Amino acid sequence: MREYRLDDEVDFLIIGTGAGGGTLAGKLAEHGFSVIALDAGLYFRPLEDFASDETEQEKLYWLDRRVCDGADPLQMGGKNSGKAVGGSMVHFAMVSLRFRPEWFKSRSLLGYGADWPLDWREMWHYYRQAELALSISGPVSYPWGPKRPRYPYRAHEVNSAGRLLAKGAEALGMQWTETPLATVSAPRGKSPPCVYRGFCRFGCSTNAKQSTLNTWIPRAIAAGAEIRDLAMAGRIEVNDAGRATGVRFHRNGAWHFQRARNVVVSGYAIETPRLLLNSATPRHPHGLANSSGLVGKYLMTQSNQAVFGRMDDEVRWYKGPPSLTITEHWNYQDNKDFFGGYCWMAQGPLPIEWAFIQTGARGLWGEALRRDMMNYNHQVGLKMVGEVLPDTRNHVTLDDERDQYGLRIPRITFSWGENDKILIDHAIGQMTLSMQAIGAREIFAQREDANHLAGTARMGFSPETSVVNADCRSWDIANLWVCDGSVFPTTGGVNPSLTIQAIALRTADRIKAMAQHGEL
Amino acid sequence: MSWNDATRRAVDARLAVAREPRFFAAREWQVLNRLCGRILPQPVDRPAVPIAALIDSKMRRMGDAGTRIEPMPWDGEAWRLALTALDGHGFMNLDDTDADALLTRMQHGALASDAWSRVPPALFFAKRLLPDIVEAYYGHPTAWSEIGFGGPASPRGYVRMDTNRRDPWEATEARDEPEAALRANRHVR
Ligand SMILES: Cc1cc2nc3c(=O)[nH]c(=O)nc-3n(C[C@H](O)[C@H](O)[C@H](O)COP(=O)(O)OP(=O)(O)OC[C@H]3O[C@@H](n4cnc5c(N)ncnc54)[C@H](O)[C@@H]3O)c2cc1C
Ligand code: SF4
Repeated sequence: MREYRLDDEVDFLIIGTGAGGGTLAGKLAEHGFSVIALDAGLYFRPLEDFASDETEQEKLYWLDRRVCDGADPLQMGGKNSGKAVGGSMVHFAMVSLRFRPEWFKSRSLLGYGADWPLDWREMWHYYRQAELALSISGPVSYPWGPKRPRYPYRAHEVNSAGRLLAKGAEALGMQWTETPLATVSAPRGKSPPCVYRGFCRFGCSTNAKQSTLNTWIPRAIAAGAEIRDLAMAGRIEVNDAGRATGVRFHRNGAWHFQRARNVVVSGYAIETPRLLLNSATPRHPHGLANSSGLVGKYLMTQSNQAVFGRMDDEVRWYKGPPSLTITEHWNYQDNKDFFGGYCWMAQGPLPIEWAFIQTGARGLWGEALRRDMMNYNHQVGLKMVGEVLPDTRNHVTLDDERDQYGLRIPRITFSWGENDKILIDHAIGQMTLSMQAIGAREIFAQREDANHLAGTARMGFSPETSVVNADCRSWDIANLWVCDGSVFPTTGGVNPSLTIQAIALRTADRIKAMAQHGEL
Repeated sequence: MSWNDATRRAVDARLAVAREPRFFAAREWQVLNRLCGRILPQPVDRPAVPIAALIDSKMRRMGDAGTRIEPMPWDGEAWRLALTALDGHGFMNLDDTDADALLTRMQHGALASDAWSRVPPALFFAKRLLPDIVEAYYGHPTAWSEIGFGGPASPRGYVRMDTNRRDPWEATEARDEPEAALRANRHVR
C-alpha cells in the first residue's frame, strides 16, 4: 500500500471508510486522484480475525461514549454504528435494495418530507454499478418498481424462515421475492460462496459477504490510495480564506495534522455532524458547513419492529443469512392513512439477540425465560424496515462530556413522531396477519426497535435549506464534502446502504467532471 | 463442533473468566450473584455459567464507555448504584419468592427511594440489568446446547436449509424421544 507523508497535500482526505467513504475512496483513486482514507477503527482480516461469536465481534462496533435522550432514546452500538475499515458494512445484514423512484421527490409527488436534488434515473444507473461492484445475489426479476436488469449472481436458496414469509405473503395476496443480498452465491475472486452460517451481522469470517472491506477498499489500495486505520479525526482545519486545509487526527497516542486539498467527511449520521460541530472556529462559531443551522438536524432512524411466533415444525432460523425473503408490498401502495412506506423480511436472530428480544419485548426473566428460550429452533419472525419522517426535534448536538481523545461527545435526541407511530402500528398489524396465516402460535410483537441512521447533513437545493448540494459539496466551504448516510433528506422504506454507495459513485464521477472543467 | 481459531480463542477466554470480582466491591458482588441467580436460575446438575463474573469482566473493560441513556450514568457506575439500591430494600434477606416479587416491582418501576434517583428502576431493569445478564448467559456454550443452537459452525456452515431438516453435525431435539435423541447425538461432534 502506498503511504503519504503528513505534509503531502493529497487531493482527497476522506474521514471514514464505510458505505460512503470506502466506496468514494475506491472510485476517486480509480479516477486518478491521490487519496487518503482515515478510519478510527482497525483494518481487520476476516479469515484470521473474525470469530463466529456474537460477543467477541463487538470489536466491530462504535462503542465510544455517547449520550442518548428524547422520548424514545436510540440504542446505539451494534444496531447502527460500526468502527472498522469498511464501516458499518462489515457487520451489515447485506440487504441491498433500491429506493422507490418517487421517494427522491417525496415532497412534490407524495406530500411529505423533502425532495432530493437527485434524479431517480441517474440513480438507477449508479445502483446498477453498486450492485455489480458487490456481486449482489438476487432474483431474476424484481416484483416492484421500474424494470431493472437481473442481479449479477443468482438468488440464494431460501431457508425455512424465508419460506414461511413467502407462505404468509401469499395468503395475504402480496408478492414476495428472494432478497437481493451482498453475499455471493457462486465463487468470486477470493470469495467462496456463502455457506449459510448465519453470522453475517457479526462479520463474515469466510469472506463470502461482499462489503466495502473486501470490495472497494482493495480496489482503492490497488489504485494507489492509502487506508490509514486506527486514526481518529478530531478537527478539520480551515484557513482565513475559508478553505479546509487538512485534518487533525489522533494515531499511536499522539495528534497529527494531515494536509489535503479537499476534505470529505464520511463518518455516518452521528460522527459526521459531531466532527463538523467540533471543528468550530471564530469565523464558523456554530461549526463548519453550518450557516443553515442544519448540521445535526433531521436525524432519522428506521422503524425496525417485528412480530414473532412459534411453529410446531423445526425452523432453525439461524441457518443462512437472516433475511432471505422480503415483501416490499407496502412501499408501493399509496392507499393508506400515513406517509412513507415499509417492507418486511424474514428473521434469524442468534441466541443473544433472541434473548434480548424476549426480555425487551416481553419482559421475560427467571424460569419463564429459560424455558421459553428452549423453543429457539421453532421460532419464526418478520421484521420491518420502515420510513421515519425527518423532524427537526430529532438531532445530534455536542455534550460537555469528553471521550478518550478529549473530544466533546455527541448527544443524540430522538422521539418517534405521530406519523411514525401510525406506520409502525400498521406494519405490526400486517405482519401479525401474515404470522397467523402460517399457523404460528404464541404470537407477540416487538414494539420497540430501530436500526439504520440517516440525516444530519442533508443535501438540498439551496444553502438556506441544506448542508450540501447534489454533489455532496458543502455550500459554505467549497473544498469540504460530506459523503455518507447523513446526506439523506428522507430515508425511504428500505435499508440505506445501496443508496449511500450509489451516491458515492455519482459523487466520484461528478468530482472527476468538475476537475476536468477546473471547478474544484 | 466446527470452530475456527478466532472463535476457539474467544470462547476459551470466556470459559476462563476470573471467578473473583475485580470491578465490583464485595457487597455489590454478593448482591449481583443473587440477582443473576434469580434472573437466570440454573440447573444444579451441571456447572453454572459464571454470569456475575462475566458482567464484572465486561464492566472492567467497558464500564465507562458506550452509550448512556439519560439520566443514567455510564454502565459501571449505574450497575453499582442499582445493586446498592436493591440491597437497600433488603434483597439479600428475602426468600426467593419475595426476592422475585421485589424484582417484579423494580421491573415495573414501583420502587422508590433516593438511591434510585440516577438509575430509574424500570429503565435500569430493561436497558442494563436484563441485557447484561442474558448476554453473559446466552453467550456461553452451555446455553447454546440448552436451546439447541447449532453453534458457530465456521467454516463448515450448513447445507440443509428447509423445515425439519437437520444437518448431520447438529444436535437432534430431545423433546419427544429422549432415548432416540441421545443415540443420534452420540455421532454429533
Ligand atoms: C447490524 C447492522 C445491520 C445492517 N444491515 C443493513 C442491511 O442489511 N442493508 C443496508 O442497506 N444497510 C444495513 N445497515 C446499515 C448500513 O451498514 C449503513 O447505513 C451504512 O454502512 C452507513 O454508511 P456510512 O458510510 O454512512 O457510514 P459507516 O458505514 O458507518 O462508516 C463510517 C465510518 O467512519 C468511521 N469514522 C467515524 N467518525 C470518524 C472519525 N472522526 N475519524 C475517523 N473515522 C471515523 C467509523 O469508524 C466508520 O468505519 C446495517 C447496519 C448495522 C449496524
Ligand atoms: S451466512 Fe454466508 S454471508 Fe453470512 S456469515 Fe455465513 S458465509 Fe458469511
